[in-house]
Amino acid sequence: MPRYAHTVDGKRYRFADLKSLLAKATPARSGDQLAGIAAGSDEERVAARMALAELPLATFLDEVPIPYEQDEVTRLIIDEHDKTAFAAVSHLTVGDFRNWLLSEAADEAALAALAPGLTPEMAAAVSKIMRVQDLILVAKKCRVVTAFRNTIGLAGRMATRLQPNHPTDDPAGVAASIVDGLMYGCGDAVIGVNPASDNVHTVTTLLRMLDAIIAKYRIPTQACVLTHVTTTIEAIGRGAPVDLVFQSIAGTESANAGFGINLALLAEGRDAALSLRRGTVGNHVMYFETGQGSALSANAHHGVDQQTCEARAYAVARKFKPLLVNTVVGFIGPEYLYDGKQITRAGLEDHFCGKLLGVPMGCDVCYTNHAEADQDDMDALLTLLASAGVNYVMGVPGSDDVMLNYQSTSFHDALYIRQVLGLRPAPEFEAWLRDIGIFVPGEALALTQDLPAPFRHALAKLD
Amino acid sequence: MDEPADTPVIPDAWAKLRRFTPARIALGRAGTSLPTQAQLDFQLAHARARDAVHHPLATDVLRAALAQRGHTVTTVHSAAPDRQTYLQRPDLGRRLDETSRATLAALSAADDAPFDVAFILADGLSAFAIEQNALPFLDAMLPRLPAPAWKLAPLVIATQSRVALGDDIAVTLHARMVAILIGERPGLSSPDSLGIYLTWQPRIGTTDAQRNCISNIRREGLDIDVAADKLLWLMNEARSRQLSGVSLKDDTQTPEERLATPATNFLLDSRP
Repeated sequence: MPRYAHTVDGKRYRFADLKSLLAKATPARSGDQLAGIAAGSDEERVAARMALAELPLATFLDEVPIPYEQDEVTRLIIDEHDKTAFAAVSHLTVGDFRNWLLSEAADEAALAALAPGLTPEMAAAVSKIMRVQDLILVAKKCRVVTAFRNTIGLAGRMATRLQPNHPTDDPAGVAASIVDGLMYGCGDAVIGVNPASDNVHTVTTLLRMLDAIIAKYRIPTQACVLTHVTTTIEAIGRGAPVDLVFQSIAGTESANAGFGINLALLAEGRDAALSLRRGTVGNHVMYFETGQGSALSANAHHGVDQQTCEARAYAVARKFKPLLVNTVVGFIGPEYLYDGKQITRAGLEDHFCGKLLGVPMGCDVCYTNHAEADQDDMDALLTLLASAGVNYVMGVPGSDDVMLNYQSTSFHDALYIRQVLGLRPAPEFEAWLRDIGIFVPGEALALTQDLPAPFRHALAKLD
Repeated sequence: MDEPADTPVIPDAWAKLRRFTPARIALGRAGTSLPTQAQLDFQLAHARARDAVHHPLATDVLRAALAQRGHTVTTVHSAAPDRQTYLQRPDLGRRLDETSRATLAALSAADDAPFDVAFILADGLSAFAIEQNALPFLDAMLPRLPAPAWKLAPLVIATQSRVALGDDIAVTLHARMVAILIGERPGLSSPDSLGIYLTWQPRIGTTDAQRNCISNIRREGLDIDVAADKLLWLMNEARSRQLSGVSLKDDTQTPEERLATPATNFLLDSRP
């Protein structure tokens, strides 16, 4: 006998279990349809939301969508749940939790105190009955600040990852894109290269180069080569200068196994990076990427909808006190997020759920050429996310990643949103931009037209 | 195209770095935004990439060209009836529709004398890739596979296809090995990139770990003859070692080539 049901005008909708209720309450998206778990009609979808809204939040502590015995992510969620923090909202239904989040009682301090008391399933559930404006308003009230060589996530600021990828990891090619990004005021979240090769020698070569550039030009930022955690651990063992340990993560144990990781391995990676003591203003040393659909694509979703799986990845992330976490929202393709509308909604859900759970969320606002999306969709999502207080976005030269073959936000895009919303870079990085002469002294965010002297000297030899 | 001198566009002072990367650097700015020319260049590249995804493979033209060369050729479809379904249902793109299965069954080899290899020309995510690269590749490849050493299945053209459709085709034809030439996901600067996936003894449910891939075959990418040599090497190895996938890959990759790359660059060579 199903425990979850709702009647609309005499028609009874039944939902077999909690994960089925969550899946059918989810806004329409191709990945849940591919998995065969989406609502069969628009009315069933709203009936599921009505049933979900009446559910006590505490239900999610008693019934888990993926069994405790089968999944270490579920065990992490349940074992580390903070009941004291949860007490503030433990009496509420999902529907009244939305009302509370929107109320003045839910201010920055209250939301920060609540975060360890929330499970990913609670965050996912309430997001499913929220509109875009709700996702923005509540996320805007959440503040998650992290630090390594600069401070990310402060009010009125938005950072950028400088993503200088090259098809063959050519150091001069990577350096050329780094110059492009720095001259446009980008790179405070991280200078982060996706290597074409997972070879530890290539990775080490890139790490040494990034370290030397940051040291020579005294840039208050951190570097990362986004390779598998085991490769980074090996590089650290060989003496490579590692600031941040990167890893793609997902919300189920089996999906993480597909990535070749588990919680113990992530802990090992974090310990290795902490042992180097390379941070100057903080010691957040992890960088995670996520994205809706990764569990389904690994056939490791246990019948749980892709947005709930994604929220569970944030429980994995927060365990390891990351500097940066971003959803790569449009990268996975149209079989999971079909068009601009689905990508937009997913990006805002991911940002909201991450922030609510206390994760320093950024977003790779992006799309592939086989998705029904274009630059207009990305402009809209960037503007919405920046309004919601996103910690950082990507900066790719001209939006065109020539290694990964997808389109993300550009350095120009970052300057657009800074101008429209008055958002500034991380304070330490902003000071450097002024000191070295990339920003005009005194004026907010105005670029100079000439190359600053250190870079002018570096380029002079090329003639 | 250079902007005229009286333009409001502010040029970037590091344009000479373009020699180091195909990335869209030093685009200049209008205020802090993308200048008109760069914006339109991007839109053209995106339009071409999208056209590559949605352009239907001209199967009749391809058939005629292959027949003219004396090849036996047949056309099949996946279970995905149209492009929109194909993009959202990768599972349907991995299996044959029933009509195609019957067509292929009529062409299949006897159980005790299977084909050595089946070549498939598959639209994948870019029909442009097949239209521009498949014939030149086959012209280079097929002379490397003389009879009787290689017993070739009839050539198969496949539409609305994923890589794993090749498994279904090979099983139906009774082929011991399948090489599927397939249009790769178009990048902004590479709308016509061809990939080849080789699988030894393909079965329904074969995973990507059991395949070898040769990627980025196109005029500006991997050379046709180099690709044909690589595939021939892989096919010979697959047949003699009775396997394909990760364990073959190690022998063909040469990470040492990358190690030769200098660890330094213009940002670090000079004194500040």
